[in-house]
Amino acid sequence: MTASAKSMAHDDLALPLPRTPSGIDVPVLATPEMVRDPNPGQPAEFPFTRGIFPDGFRGRLWTFRQYSGFGTAEESNARYRFLLDQGQTGLSVALDLPTQCGYDPSDAMARAEVGKVGVSLSNLSEMEILFDGIDLSKISTSFTINGTAAIIYAMYCACADKQGVPRAKLTGTIQNDILKEYVARGTWIFPVRPSMRLIADTILFSNDATPRFNPISIAGAHVRDAGSTAVEEMAYTLANGFAYVDELLRRGGDATKFAKRLSFFFYVHMDFFEEVAKFRAGRRVWAKILRDRYGVTDDKAMHFRFGVVCGGSSLTASQPYNNIVRVGIETMAAVLGGAQSIFTCAYDEAFQIPTEFSAEIALRTQQIIAYESGISKTVDPLGGSYFVEHLTDRMEDEILKVMDEIDAYGGVVKAIEDGWLQMRLAERATERRRKIDAVDTVIVGQNAFRRESQTDDFGEVFRLDPQAAAKVIEKFEAIRDRRDNVAVEASLNKLAAAAEKDNENLMPYLIDCCHAYATVGEMVARLKQGWGEFQEPVRL
Amino acid sequence: MSNLKGKRIMIAKPGLDGHDIGAKIIALALRDAGAEVIYTGLRKTPGFIARVAVDEDVDAVGLSLLSGSHKELVAETMRELKALNASDIPVFVGGTIPAEDRAMLMDAGVVGIFTAEMRLDDVVSELARKLSPEQAA
Repeated sequence: MTASAKSMAHDDLALPLPRTPSGIDVPVLATPEMVRDPNPGQPAEFPFTRGIFPDGFRGRLWTFRQYSGFGTAEESNARYRFLLDQGQTGLSVALDLPTQCGYDPSDAMARAEVGKVGVSLSNLSEMEILFDGIDLSKISTSFTINGTAAIIYAMYCACADKQGVPRAKLTGTIQNDILKEYVARGTWIFPVRPSMRLIADTILFSNDATPRFNPISIAGAHVRDAGSTAVEEMAYTLANGFAYVDELLRRGGDATKFAKRLSFFFYVHMDFFEEVAKFRAGRRVWAKILRDRYGVTDDKAMHFRFGVVCGGSSLTASQPYNNIVRVGIETMAAVLGGAQSIFTCAYDEAFQIPTEFSAEIALRTQQIIAYESGISKTVDPLGGSYFVEHLTDRMEDEILKVMDEIDAYGGVVKAIEDGWLQMRLAERATERRRKIDAVDTVIVGQNAFRRESQTDDFGEVFRLDPQAAAKVIEKFEAIRDRRDNVAVEASLNKLAAAAEKDNENLMPYLIDCCHAYATVGEMVARLKQGWGEFQEPVRL
Repeated sequence: MSNLKGKRIMIAKPGLDGHDIGAKIIALALRDAGAEVIYTGLRKTPGFIARVAVDEDVDAVGLSLLSGSHKELVAETMRELKALNASDIPVFVGGTIPAEDRAMLMDAGVVGIFTAEMRLDDVVSELARKLSPEQAA
């Protein structure tokens, strides 16, 4: 890593500013009169500030869910079995970019990216290999998939059919949150409105067919990692969440039913109390708006359930072992904020695919916090702290303010179609960057406390099998020869016809396509014919 | 103070990688330093990038890659530039580039590699030095 970052020693540094990274003033001493309501309420009671379960983590710990996947389905299957053997309790599948963007591995757009940032899953035969020896009725699986989420979910249902597992027993999550893809993550395919329809299809289908499955995980993580503040992360995500609620209602959904299966996903960064307060405030805002604006009264439907990532852009390439400490602190904030599932990044994860060594430390970090630290023994141990309650109130105010700004612009869909939200994010990210450059934000080992001789070595480096892409393409061509191409064509034709009708749920058609071994690229190509592609508004 | 006034610089996202915030931050920083910046948006092919670079008569092309596909996509973009007799347009790279791949990219003719931990002012001044050697302070 370059040594050009300005190195500062202790004496040159100003003390940290008495403000959170979102700009909220931090009092020298928090006192009772700073808290809006002296009684923070009970867990599992509206507005759920203190959590959604009456006994917190006493009854059940959060899910330890490490993100992984690379190269071929065979290699990823081996890594999953390793992680499950080490005590991981849920799988989280990383998919390669061609699968995420809807290109088959043989496509010219895909060639350079096959198997790079995740596993290639071009058709059902690959998913059968991926879950070979893993019982889908017992292990919950999360897929970070958005543009092609409906297709991967259809493939998962078809895979369960093949394993003989009733679909109703499936547990897990598809991310399926397209709105933030347009803002920060970039794996969009179709224009906003048909994408919203496809998401409603998956949720409405899932509520009946796979009632224990989360058909969406509305994610602020990527916006945050790109540069937003914690306040904006929560505000954008809640705004997106309500945009999905509106779409589901338009399609005739019952809010009490579908809201029970909406879930969320965030990053945890380093300002400990702001992160805890962010989750407590988010729970409260979600429940209050569902009740007051949408008339939801069922407690379970108002539950704000979320998973988190600890790491991401808070990790540094400088002195990378320091990242283990960062992830430990972030994990504690996630637990004290009441997360339902946690993914701890490996210390090298922001820069390469983790090795088994670094992946194991990441998992052990969660286990140490769960089994040694004792912080999960009582519910919301920070509840009633003057400072935490005050900060929760302030976060709530600021989150609502940002949501109002989006409403004033005309709502998230318009803000995204116009590129307004994307532009706001780029400006905020640049601001964050400038603060780091000026050492207003201290990052130990990177812009402060560097050693001239530091080597910034990751230790062991993971290497992808250089033949992985060739193997994937070879298998892909073989399946196209082996399958019944007449049946494939028939299933694709039915899909295309159904896509023309806005009120037709596409999920059964996609599952039929998957059973026929139609490929992700083929299904996407048919849908693009009818719907077109998103035209990215480039505004800087 | 380094300065990119009068320079036309293209910032491009080759391949399928959707992480564009670094590209946008650099685009804004170069613009603040006086350059005229053309940002392509996501998912462009090397052929498209080379063609636009030539059509727009840019002084440099910056490629942003965080998906691990830098070896293939940088080489392909340089091949496409060559095919258009535009090998003289300097190419620089940003994103997640493992240390072990940097020498290979520099050997292939890339003029600079800028990763996430570099200060923006340093990126600007190094680029200014590469594009106008006489301006070197």
